[in-house]
Amino acid sequence: MNTRKILYQYGYSRCLDQDRASPARRPVIVIGAGPVGLCTAIDLAQRGIPVVLLDDADRIGEGSRGICYAKRTLEILDRLGVADPCLEKGVTWKIGKVFQNNDLLYAFDLLPEDGQKMPAFINLQQYYLEHALVERAAALPNLEIRWRNKVAGLKRRNDGATLTVETPEGLYDLDAEWVIAADGARSALRGMLGLVFQGEAFEDRFLIADVKMKGDFPPERWFWFDPPFHEGYSALLHKQPDDVWRIDLQLGRDADVKAEQAPERVIPRLRQMLGHDEFSLEWVSVYTFQCRRLERFVHGRVVFVGDAAHQVSPFGARGANSGIQDAENLAWKLAFVLKGEAPDSLIESYDVERSAAADENIAHSTRSTDFIAPRSAQELRFRNAALSLARHAPFAKRMVNSGRLSMPSTYETPLSTPDVDPWSGSARLGAPVPDAPMRDRSGRSIWLLEALRGEETILHVPNGVQPPPNGSRVLVLGADLIDEHGIFAQRFDARPGSTYLVRPDQHLAARWRHGTPSLIKGASRRLRGLEGGHA
Amino acid sequence: MSALVTENRLADPDRSYRALIEAHRGLSDEESAALNSRLVLILANHIGEHAVLQEAIALAKQSIEPVKATSE
Repeated sequence: MNTRKILYQYGYSRCLDQDRASPARRPVIVIGAGPVGLCTAIDLAQRGIPVVLLDDADRIGEGSRGICYAKRTLEILDRLGVADPCLEKGVTWKIGKVFQNNDLLYAFDLLPEDGQKMPAFINLQQYYLEHALVERAAALPNLEIRWRNKVAGLKRRNDGATLTVETPEGLYDLDAEWVIAADGARSALRGMLGLVFQGEAFEDRFLIADVKMKGDFPPERWFWFDPPFHEGYSALLHKQPDDVWRIDLQLGRDADVKAEQAPERVIPRLRQMLGHDEFSLEWVSVYTFQCRRLERFVHGRVVFVGDAAHQVSPFGARGANSGIQDAENLAWKLAFVLKGEAPDSLIESYDVERSAAADENIAHSTRSTDFIAPRSAQELRFRNAALSLARHAPFAKRMVNSGRLSMPSTYETPLSTPDVDPWSGSARLGAPVPDAPMRDRSGRSIWLLEALRGEETILHVPNGVQPPPNGSRVLVLGADLIDEHGIFAQRFDARPGSTYLVRPDQHLAARWRHGTPSLIKGASRRLRGLEGGHA
Repeated sequence: MSALVTENRLADPDRSYRALIEAHRGLSDEESAALNSRLVLILANHIGEHAVLQEAIALAKQSIEPVKATSE
């Protein structure tokens, strides 16, 4: 059974490019209006790049799909102008609980640290995020979404690609300087380039159900190993907006995909789990999953992002979260390249940085899968040994793995200038900088990440001796930004004279106790791929 | 450069070996396997070094291979 509701319908409309004698030439064409394609397109458009976004469908909202959005993703969405509607609608949570049978093994709190604008996680049906993104896209004059425009062919050239696009009114051609393939796990673009999608497939089948009910479960993530209502398997319960609950049930290897989705099979299972039958089924699906990736994400002028580039198991909320981080990593680089402020080779650093992130995500989600769905009798013994020791020994608790939730990657990258001074604090070279509550010049509250926006920024703490550095954009602590509570100083290990260079994606590129103009200039050139290990 | 110590470190190896044997007395194969699994996790954590654990795994595997070969 699949009660797939179409929530938002958009229309095809003919565009001028379809009537041209020769193909229109566009700087960037993004393919696929899922969360990752939409984020890429919006980010580029916000950076002043005209974007055409093609999607083969004309609606969004088939199933809730990705539901967990992590802090870093929310920070990106905030910069793209869509965090507010998501936070307003979403369920904020930070507590997770892990059970074995009926007993609570342990609970975790994802955000022990205050003083950040965004919560650890929100749960939100993917269609609400997509809807917010489409609305935002519509407000950007240089972003055009073309629904029911399906890419039917691609010819690569040295300076771009020509796409053949199929519409309800026939075919037309489009030239692109750059093509962003955000067309999902079953990417047609990947097929057109004949690329191999390599990795590991897992045999266990999982039932995913969205259930509508007025329950008194708190907004927490509950995970069961071997629950009394589903012996020998695992189960997950997670709250979404609109009184909808996400339920994940491990079915095992030999489950019958069709039969398991039948209401007469699903409803008794859920009744057993919930202890009542005052619920209605919103969406049911049975899935298996793969952990796999393209060997390279950049193929000349065609760049793969999100599920089209890499696919992970759902444990740990790494699909949409990592895809949106791909989008942010690519957008500023491509904008620099298109504006002539960086060489084409800067795009290679997207491959380096996001490949490493994909490997990290695949490793985490593979390990979680090994723990949740052991594949042999001995794997099961080890798993059960860890679970039963967890009640007696802290180390075993740490081994229990019901999904390690998405954290942003720290890039080991040629774009970073290696530290020469020792630093403490939570800011790490190559990682997104930590947020902090600040005040601006006029005394208004502002979050550090809001002040950084999406621009390359120098943060400088004056020492009364040297003049503040000059560069593209400088924010001086104590003048432009007031660190009222000393949280910035603590998180950045800031002292008089400290200077930080932050990338347009808010990752830390360089820092100095005593930065000189030439050091800062060198680091700024380096983050554009102009010198250092990468030029 | 081996981090794993393969020389004897036990004051009374016979006594320690005996302790392992006694722990398994009277257990079914399944119960023994479960006990061993717990022991491996406890001892791995006590070692506390991934490189040493890797070497231990390699040594254990190496010592199994000839047995496998003859049984085929």
